[in-house]
Parts: sequence; structure tokens; C-alpha cells
Amino acid sequence: MSADGQGRRHWFDDEAGPVVRPYAMTRGRTSSQGQHRLDLIAVVVTEPHADDPEADHMLAPEHVDIVELCRDAPQSVAELAAELDLPIGVVRVLVGDLVDAEFVHVNRPVPPAELPDESILRDVINGLRAL
Amino acid sequence: MIFGRSERGKPPVEPVTLKILVAGGFGVGKTTLVGAVSEIRPLRTEELLTEAGRPVDDTSGVEGKHTTTVAMDFGRITLREDLVLYLFGTPGQERFWFMWDELSEGALGAVVLADTRRLEDSFAAVDYFERRSIPFLVGVNCFEGAPRYPVEDVRQALDLDDGVPLMMCDARDRESVKEALIGVVQHAMAYAADRRQTVTT
Ligand SMILES: Nc1nc2c(ncn2[C@@H]2O[C@H](COP(=O)(O)OP(=O)(O)O)[C@@H](O)[C@H]2O)c(=O)[nH]1
Ligand SMILES: [Mg+2]
Repeated sequence: MSADGQGRRHWFDDEAGPVVRPYAMTRGRTSSQGQHRLDLIAVVVTEPHADDPEADHMLAPEHVDIVELCRDAPQSVAELAAELDLPIGVVRVLVGDLVDAEFVHVNRPVPPAELPDESILRDVINGLRAL
Repeated sequence: MIFGRSERGKPPVEPVTLKILVAGGFGVGKTTLVGAVSEIRPLRTEELLTEAGRPVDDTSGVEGKHTTTVAMDFGRITLREDLVLYLFGTPGQERFWFMWDELSEGALGAVVLADTRRLEDSFAAVDYFERRSIPFLVGVNCFEGAPRYPVEDVRQALDLDDGVPLMMCDARDRESVKEALIGVVQHAMAYAADRRQTVTT
């Protein structure tokens, strides 16, 4: 981001405010990095050995937040975006970095068409009934 | 999530996740429906868009592009420790339909909400899911003061295929929303069974 304010007109508004830093950080990289885009319900799980992400100076505070959030309870990409108040595109890039650095792994959702049998759907129905 | 790491250092459960979409025109009750069953208050996530209405995928030079954001609500229902259902309210405006493409990929199915005072607002959603062979159910949200029509008339007005379930619902009522969601999953099961038949015969 240029310091003189050029090109900021559509960027530095109230809505976009908080995303400036992370986007500046992720600038120059695409969210896909040749792999499939992370689904909104893909689940991010912190690796057990990632116990001190803050010691890694390559990581931004937002990276560390993700590692910590997903340690106790794995979280979906959508939940991370809402929790950290970051656009989904930014979360995808950050998670991609963390996967590359082996701090986290990602479980991609199984498309319903590829479910091995109907038992999961039956479980969903029973679960909804029991709510 | 409500399931914390156990004291003994057991690894956390990695749940299977599924999603159901909630579609329909502005003010039809999508956010209300999500809120009625979600265990978390409906959350909003944002996607950054270029002016052309495409998601900002390549973050290079994003500051020079005209950007805007689109928000969508979502909710979560933990059915079991290892099974989580997410609900996503689709953004209303048609210019955000690329978001629908992303949301509907891998979706179990959808609820299309309809308001009898302006059924035409639901045409686009019905059309969308039909074209993509995504199983969906129509929930007629019964607003006070809205005229009640026989189910058959609503079906006809929406030009629904015979196989598409239609039910009256109240997006504010948890039980009613549960019924609608169960209806979607049952329909998705029947749909999958049908497709298997077509493949094997
Ligand atoms: N009477 C009645 N009002 C509803 C119902 N569902 C939603 N509403 C109201 O309709 C308004 C719009 O609902 P909202 O969920 O924000 O619609 P959205 O734009 O589709 O997300 C809110 O004031 C709701 O309280 C319903 O089933 N019955
Ligand atoms: Mg809404």
C-alpha cells in the first residue's frame, strides 16, 4: 500500500478499514496457490506440535490467532472469518500459509454426492429431531 | 466450539461438516430462520469483491481495484460432537450470485423461503437450484396479514416440479424451522437414491 494515499479511495472506507493490514500482508499472492479453494466449511485443525506459534517471526498476529483458535476446537473457515472479522479471502490466504508451515491441517468437507452411504444423512435427521 | 480439549491432552474431535443454504428475496426471513435454530447468534462473514462483482482472489494490487464487500449470515448446529451442520443465508442481490456458486458447491440442499405477497422474489432462487440439480424445499413463510393460498396454488405460481416439497413455515419458530431442515435432508436422501437408480438401471 502506498503511503501517499493514492488509490485508497475505494479501500480506506469504514467497512474496509480492518482488512487493510492483512491484505497488505497477503498482497501478491493468490488465495488458491494452485490448490482448490478452501470451502467455507473446511475445518482447520491445529497440529499438536504447533505449541508456540508466537516464536515464529514469519507469522503475523492473525496467523497466531488462527493457530490458537483451532487448537482447542477445530473451526471452519467461515467461523474463523467471523471470529477474526476478516474477509474470507484473507482467511484463506492465512490458512494456506499455516498449512505450508505445517502449523495446521485442513479437513475438506465430503461433498454429499460422495458420501459412502446414507447413514450420515440419517444421523443429521435424527440429530435435528433431537434438538 | 463448545467441545474443548480434554484435560488428558486427547486430540480435539475433527467434525464432519455439512451445509444447507437458505435462499429467497430480501426480507423473506432468511436471517430469522438461521437465528431460530443456530446455537450461535447468526454470524456474518464478508467477501471482498471487485467492482465487476467477482471475488478478490488474487490479492495483488487489490488496493488499486474498486472493491466492495458482500456479507452473508451463517449459523451452526452441532448435531453430535463429530457432526456439524452449517446454515448459510445467501446474499439477496442477483449481482452476488457468484457467491451462490461458491456456497452451493457441496451443499446438502437448500430451503427457498417464499412470501405469498411477493412470490416473484423467489423465482430466481427456485430457478437457480433447479438448474444445478441441487435438492431444495420451498418454505412458505406465513407472515401475519399475508393472504393464505392453497398449497397447490403456490406450487403452480412458482411452477414447481412435482418432486419439490413445499411446506408452510414460520421462520421465527424453532420447531417449524427444524421441520423444514429435516424436510431438506429427507428430500436430499430421496434425490440421491433416485440418482443411484438412474445410474444402475
Ligand atoms: N410474521 C412473521 N414475520 C417474520 C417471519 N420471518 C421473518 N419475519 C420478520 O420479517 C423481517 C425480515 O426478516 P429477515 O430474517 O431479516 O429477512 P431476510 O432479509 O430474508 O434475512 C424481520 O422483521 C422478521 O422479524 C415469519 O415467519 N412471520
Ligand atoms: Mg438477512
